[in-house]
Amino acid sequence: MSKIGVFICHCGENISATVDVERVAREIGGMEGVAHAIDYKYMCSDPGQTFIKEAVKKYGLDGVVVGACSPRMHEPTFRRACAEAGLNPYLCEMANLREHCSWVHEKSEETTEKAIDLVKMLVEKVKKDKPLESIKVPVTKRALVIGGGIAGIQASLDIANTGHKVILIERDPSIGGHMSQLSETFPTLDCSQCILTPRMVEVAQHPNIKLYTYAELESLEGFIGNFKARIRLKAKSVNYSTCTGCGACIQKCPVKKIPSEFNAGLGTRTAIYVPFPQAVPNKPVIDRVNCNYYKRGACKICEKTCQVGSIEWDKEDEIITEEVGAVVLATGFDVKGTDFFPEYGYGKYKDVLTGLQFERLASASGPTFGEIRRPSDGTIPKKIVFIACAGSRDPAKGIPYCSKICCMYTAKHAMLYQHKVHGGESTVFYMDIRAGGKNYEEFVRRAIEEDTVNYVRGRVARVYEKDGKLIVKGVDTLLGGQQVEIEADMVVLATAGVANCGSEQLAQKLHVSYDPYHFFAEAHPKLKPVETNTAGIFLAGACQAPKDIPETVGMASGAAVKVAALFSNDELVREPIVAVVNRLAPPLYSTCVGCFMCETACPYNAIEHEEIKGRDGSLIRTIARVNEGLCQGCGTCVAFCRSKSIDIQGYTNEQVYAEVMSLLND
Amino acid sequence: MKIGYYPGCSLTGSSREYNESVVALAKALEIELVEIKDWNCCGATAAHVMNEELSLSLPARIMAIAEEQGLTEVVVPCAACYNRLKMTQHELEDDGKRGRVAEILKMPYHGSLKIINVLQMLETYGAENIKARVISPFAHKVACYYGCLLVRPHSILQFDRVEDPQSMDSLIRVIGGNSMDWAFKTECCGAGFSVSRTDLVAKLSGNILKDASDRGAEALIVACPMCQSNLDMRRGAINKTLAQPIDIPVIYITQAIGLALGIGANELGLKRHFVNVEL
Amino acid sequence: MSSSTEFEPKIIAFVCNWCTYAGADLTGTSRLKYATNVKIVRFPCTGRIDFLLLLKSFAQGADGVIVSGCHPNDCHYTSGNFHARRRWIAFRTVLDLMGVDIRRIQYSWVSAAEGSKWADLVNNTVADIRALGPYAEYQKVAEYLEKEGFDEEA
Repeated sequence: MSKIGVFICHCGENISATVDVERVAREIGGMEGVAHAIDYKYMCSDPGQTFIKEAVKKYGLDGVVVGACSPRMHEPTFRRACAEAGLNPYLCEMANLREHCSWVHEKSEETTEKAIDLVKMLVEKVKKDKPLESIKVPVTKRALVIGGGIAGIQASLDIANTGHKVILIERDPSIGGHMSQLSETFPTLDCSQCILTPRMVEVAQHPNIKLYTYAELESLEGFIGNFKARIRLKAKSVNYSTCTGCGACIQKCPVKKIPSEFNAGLGTRTAIYVPFPQAVPNKPVIDRVNCNYYKRGACKICEKTCQVGSIEWDKEDEIITEEVGAVVLATGFDVKGTDFFPEYGYGKYKDVLTGLQFERLASASGPTFGEIRRPSDGTIPKKIVFIACAGSRDPAKGIPYCSKICCMYTAKHAMLYQHKVHGGESTVFYMDIRAGGKNYEEFVRRAIEEDTVNYVRGRVARVYEKDGKLIVKGVDTLLGGQQVEIEADMVVLATAGVANCGSEQLAQKLHVSYDPYHFFAEAHPKLKPVETNTAGIFLAGACQAPKDIPETVGMASGAAVKVAALFSNDELVREPIVAVVNRLAPPLYSTCVGCFMCETACPYNAIEHEEIKGRDGSLIRTIARVNEGLCQGCGTCVAFCRSKSIDIQGYTNEQVYAEVMSLLND
Repeated sequence: MKIGYYPGCSLTGSSREYNESVVALAKALEIELVEIKDWNCCGATAAHVMNEELSLSLPARIMAIAEEQGLTEVVVPCAACYNRLKMTQHELEDDGKRGRVAEILKMPYHGSLKIINVLQMLETYGAENIKARVISPFAHKVACYYGCLLVRPHSILQFDRVEDPQSMDSLIRVIGGNSMDWAFKTECCGAGFSVSRTDLVAKLSGNILKDASDRGAEALIVACPMCQSNLDMRRGAINKTLAQPIDIPVIYITQAIGLALGIGANELGLKRHFVNVEL
Repeated sequence: MSSSTEFEPKIIAFVCNWCTYAGADLTGTSRLKYATNVKIVRFPCTGRIDFLLLLKSFAQGADGVIVSGCHPNDCHYTSGNFHARRRWIAFRTVLDLMGVDIRRIQYSWVSAAEGSKWADLVNNTVADIRALGPYAEYQKVAEYLEKEGFDEEA
């Protein structure tokens, strides 16, 4: 027989004005299993809490129900009070007599009766409550950051500066990402590399950061605080411990015509290469697909050139395992190429460029050393057309979303062009100008007013080449839909930002969800923008959705704080509101039949397969087991379970059925 | 090789030469064309702006008869007819509309027919065949003009690249021709305004002809009777809008291939054009 | 309008903790009034709500049931409400086939900001169920099943 204490709060007059609280306490006091029932003016006050603590001790209560305000308000308060009196806090429940009763009904018999019903429900629930212990999970205080662009760099530095170890992996030969490719940045027009490269160097030199370039994640196992990452270190074919980075091999390499990824295809590189002069690490790798030796078995000129004997022809990919407690995904984005646009020539016109290619033309470190020149004939374009929203906001192209950065960088491009080509004429075709951000609108106005960029609101239907000119046919919707035709020398498409290649496969490896466009999905669109659905895995930057540098850096720091918070304790303590699969004595072991419907229902991949083995090691059955580290306690699996073998602590079938029965069994 | 054939009205009237060349070419390639019995007008541009049920029932009747006749695949040379038939098939995937149309027709319509255009027929059944039979290579620099109706709307027709189609170009290359890259492959010729607004047709068709001519085309190759008549029959009006008159001929893809296969100019209807064909 | 002789339906609401429970809290803090007939049972998520609970409620004398959670895409657990919605669509069809009066189940979405929507939902459901009258048929079936030993817990 239970010994339950019931405490009815007046909440000043908030409850007692419409509910006859004395009657509630009196009637509940007569319920089976209720050992003590009182009412008091303010249960949450110190004296009120003392009443509870003393009653727990005096009557040896094994359950407490507080009829007061919403549990969303004071449940922690009363549970703490119970714990202080030596009662397991999860044996304390609250009946919501204020928000759900006294405040929403007039003073009446019915209102008091409803209050009695509400308390009764919780009394019946408490009878079925079981003491629960908080879940403790050990935490490996080392973070894995995937992607070495500005997001990964910022997250790594921020985590490393809190004193924790970071492993940063980057699939390219150098860190730096897209930001290293940019010329100037909006809205200040400061040089991108000038602000980025010091941070790249800081990463390389930070005692808490272990950097693996030319490396990719192979697999990730485990759960929050306890991940095991297998990392593939792709063979660089160069021994970095002896290589001095002198660059002699690069100059002598005979394969010189490979399109340079760093220059977005506008320049060329060699087969043994450093992606760009400020690369970190500033040592080369051999691109085995294009290298003469790997292709045909002969050449080895770089080996002859290398004075320290660093070339390693037979080096193979290496797989290493690292144990980490948290993961930050910072794999960035990509942009659509010009070949995506049938109406703009399927990429066949050399002088139709993507925004990223224009960045390389405008960059002092680019193929033209910062001069805007046509890739086709090297002349300086006198007339240039920028097309914003190329692909973006176009459901017909499968990209209904806004790529967010294009309005700003197009304004910047037009501005840079006007600064570099005096007397040049630039036109921007746009749908809307989305310049939300500090100093952003002012920046666009400057492009229009001071740099006399011609903004035309309308879409471009077609671009074609004629006599060395690009004919741009569009419409000016502000001139009543009048058709506009411009003979341009160069066309720059602000092509849509899309998920980076391989993001879908990576998401599947990590069990994080992704949206229809393969951007990684945050746990909550408003309140959990850097978390993923998988506890311990966080997001930074444009891998979540297209975003600009300040936003990326902010998000990366946010992810770093989440990691640091996780690492601030030796153990992870969580509410025990998680699902459990029942276990019984042999020969039953469990009522779970191993159908794993729960696995399909679980949004958190918390369901594991547990093998039950006999003494001789033979497999008896495979049943479901819940990983407490991953389970978030939604209980969807419970409703799915066909044999009622899985249940959720705190909201067990027994408990909720008891609530329902109490209401109706008058 | 047997295939259903729907010529449509234009091919029995103003574009008889298209019909003649399709028939002659099919014969040369040993493709047997089985004309749909008692076919009717597809409704063309008029029906679908006036009455939806009529615009669906006319093509549906054609296809229902073809189905009844036991045909599984029908070639439709006229781009407008091809477009109407394909669009109707798409619309009639809706059960309600299909039921209503069957009521009007008083005969079943299954929607099982495969509708193809001439380019698809030649690609599917002829490309290798054609190559083997070329007698006098078609050694001309030409501009392949597809017009609107053959490729649009892409989501329904699913034929070729919508902005820069290639199927006609590759056929031209098969017969030894030089098909050039140009800008007006799928621009509008003025279409049905041929009669009511000749001035518009002159302007739009003029743009097409000028770009082709500027790039050195010796001829325009088409697969649509409406495009052909606008570019050919309205040449006088077109030339009045241009600084320099243009005299390059506009011939059907079937005529071009026919020439390469050694079929006579008369048989291909080449004498019926307004602008002299001297190729 | 309500008189002492009028039928007062018993209605149970199964709601999720994050949206509808909080929405009902907001109804309270906004002091919006509604009928006393509905009693809330709190769940972590509508995805947790086993629909056998609904049947049990009817068997035990409930005249109506409300199920309410977060709006689509707002689920605290990402997809629980989608599971609940799909379950409801399937369950409703089956119940209908079995002859259960599905007008007695009100499925809704009430967010934490929709205090007034919760009040409306309760009032409308109470009015609807009151018009339908007591749900005695299902209780009779349940009693019979229990007597014959078909009760799941027996």
